[in-house]
Amino acid sequence: MVSIIEERLRKGYSDRLIEVYTFRGDLNVVLKPEDIPEVCRYLKTDPDMKFNFLSCITACDYLDQREIRFEVVYLLFSIPDHHRIILKTRVNENEEIPTLTSLWSTADWHEREIYDMFGITFTGHPNLKRILMDDDWVGHPQRKDFPLTYEVPHFTYNKGEIDTRHNAPWRGDSDG
Amino acid sequence: MAKRETMVMNMGPQHPATHGVLRIELELDGETVVDARPLIGYLHTGIEKNMEAKTYTQALTMTDRMDYLAPMSNNLVYVGAIEKLMEVEVPPRAEYVRVIMTELTRVASHLVWLGTHAIDLGAMSMLLYCFREREKILQMYEFVSGVRMMSSYFRVGGLAKDIPAGFDERVKDILDTFPAKINEYEGLLTNNKIWRNRTIGVGSISAEDAIDAGLSGPNLRGSGVAWDIRKSNPYSYYDKFEFDIPTGKNGDVYDRYLVRLEEIRQALRIVGQAVEGIPEGPHITADRKIALPSKEEVLKGMEQLIHHFKIVVHGFQPPAGDVYFAIESPKGEIGCYIVSDGTKKPYRVHFRPPSFVNISALPKLVIGRMLADVIACIGSLDIVLGEIDR
Repeated sequence: MVSIIEERLRKGYSDRLIEVYTFRGDLNVVLKPEDIPEVCRYLKTDPDMKFNFLSCITACDYLDQREIRFEVVYLLFSIPDHHRIILKTRVNENEEIPTLTSLWSTADWHEREIYDMFGITFTGHPNLKRILMDDDWVGHPQRKDFPLTYEVPHFTYNKGEIDTRHNAPWRGDSDG
Repeated sequence: MAKRETMVMNMGPQHPATHGVLRIELELDGETVVDARPLIGYLHTGIEKNMEAKTYTQALTMTDRMDYLAPMSNNLVYVGAIEKLMEVEVPPRAEYVRVIMTELTRVASHLVWLGTHAIDLGAMSMLLYCFREREKILQMYEFVSGVRMMSSYFRVGGLAKDIPAGFDERVKDILDTFPAKINEYEGLLTNNKIWRNRTIGVGSISAEDAIDAGLSGPNLRGSGVAWDIRKSNPYSYYDKFEFDIPTGKNGDVYDRYLVRLEEIRQALRIVGQAVEGIPEGPHITADRKIALPSKEEVLKGMEQLIHHFKIVVHGFQPPAGDVYFAIESPKGEIGCYIVSDGTKKPYRVHFRPPSFVNISALPKLVIGRMLADVIACIGSLDIVLGEIDR
């Protein structure tokens, strides 16, 4: 089954596929960010593909490991045919990805979580704001340069603590 | 004509019917819900971030704490993802016990759902009955793993330890007593006039909308989509057992209730088949690069001692790569996406939490309905906040 899907994708989108490989039985397809909605629409609506279910969207930060820092992963599933496909796209910090909310409403919260945790922006998203962290939180916790061990105290009278907060490297120039 | 004004009302995070620390901003016109915005994050503990700093085996303990009503299902998806990445062969005895324990977990999770859902709608006695039965399954957890809730019983390559003597009898005791109890609950609710009035036609969602919203598990099957990962993409030994996928028609609260009740029966049916066929043999893989050798072997052999030392100090190291593995948890599709960089710690772990996706569909269910229906809809989605916020 995987080979048929791969063949069809290669036929229709040969110039847009950056990389196609199978790992542990799953088909992985790497695309440019701007091609994600179109390929997803094709996979969802084409009568031969029927990838009608968006399982999940997630991301990973490859800081100092890859040239392009983030990889966003789309996990699509076909309820009628029971197969899965993994779409990937790579972006740097200042780059944006078009939203999938117009194709699947479930993309809304997944994209918000990625925005919250990694700081990746999705253009066209109707309500792109933090979902798990506080609205006034500074930084994006799942980034590899965000420290795990230090918790930012929200209220403190401790002078040393206040200085630490202000000098912490992930705070940037904000004065919180 | 007077201007119509709406009122914004805050529900939660401290509210008994939100099943945890869920907060919902409701916009009301009188008693009619105009808009609903679920706000989450109050229980966020950074489980995914914490896992990156632990070895694969250490990180396993955190999976229990996501969906704390179904710890074994969470264990299974996590070890399953690592096993897929490392291509580990799991011994049949371990697979049988995994199926039995995850199905008992499904029963326990559905019992908590039934009890809390019913008490939300005014049926107080259901909570007491359901928790009485669930207690037996928690005792099974304690019996096999030593812990009542945070079991961490499944390990990469098999089980933490072999099942104790008397396991079969205890499982059979559950199989003997539970079906009558389930019938009793059904007798109390299914044809109960108050229950039917509160649930039939409430919070209905069509199959297309449910798929669009990403609903999975009993919530999707209530709308008539017969998709169950145990059947569609069988993992563990689920292809060896016979069971049916119950589905609803209208996708309302009542249909989801019927689907889950039938799922309890089907889960017990699987357990009944599995407990008859538990094969003899090892409970964990013999690959000494992954699983610890037994204590006797360590005391006798030099090589085993080295293996023991290496696994305890360095852990096991899956090959670099990323996989996604999904199973059917009591709440729906729970998936685990793992990125390995070839070291002993996961580079990135992400869970696809079914409750997170299911609660995001709440506005679709409640907009246009009465305020009291919001309670029924939250209960029927069967959410666990520990899993939503992670």
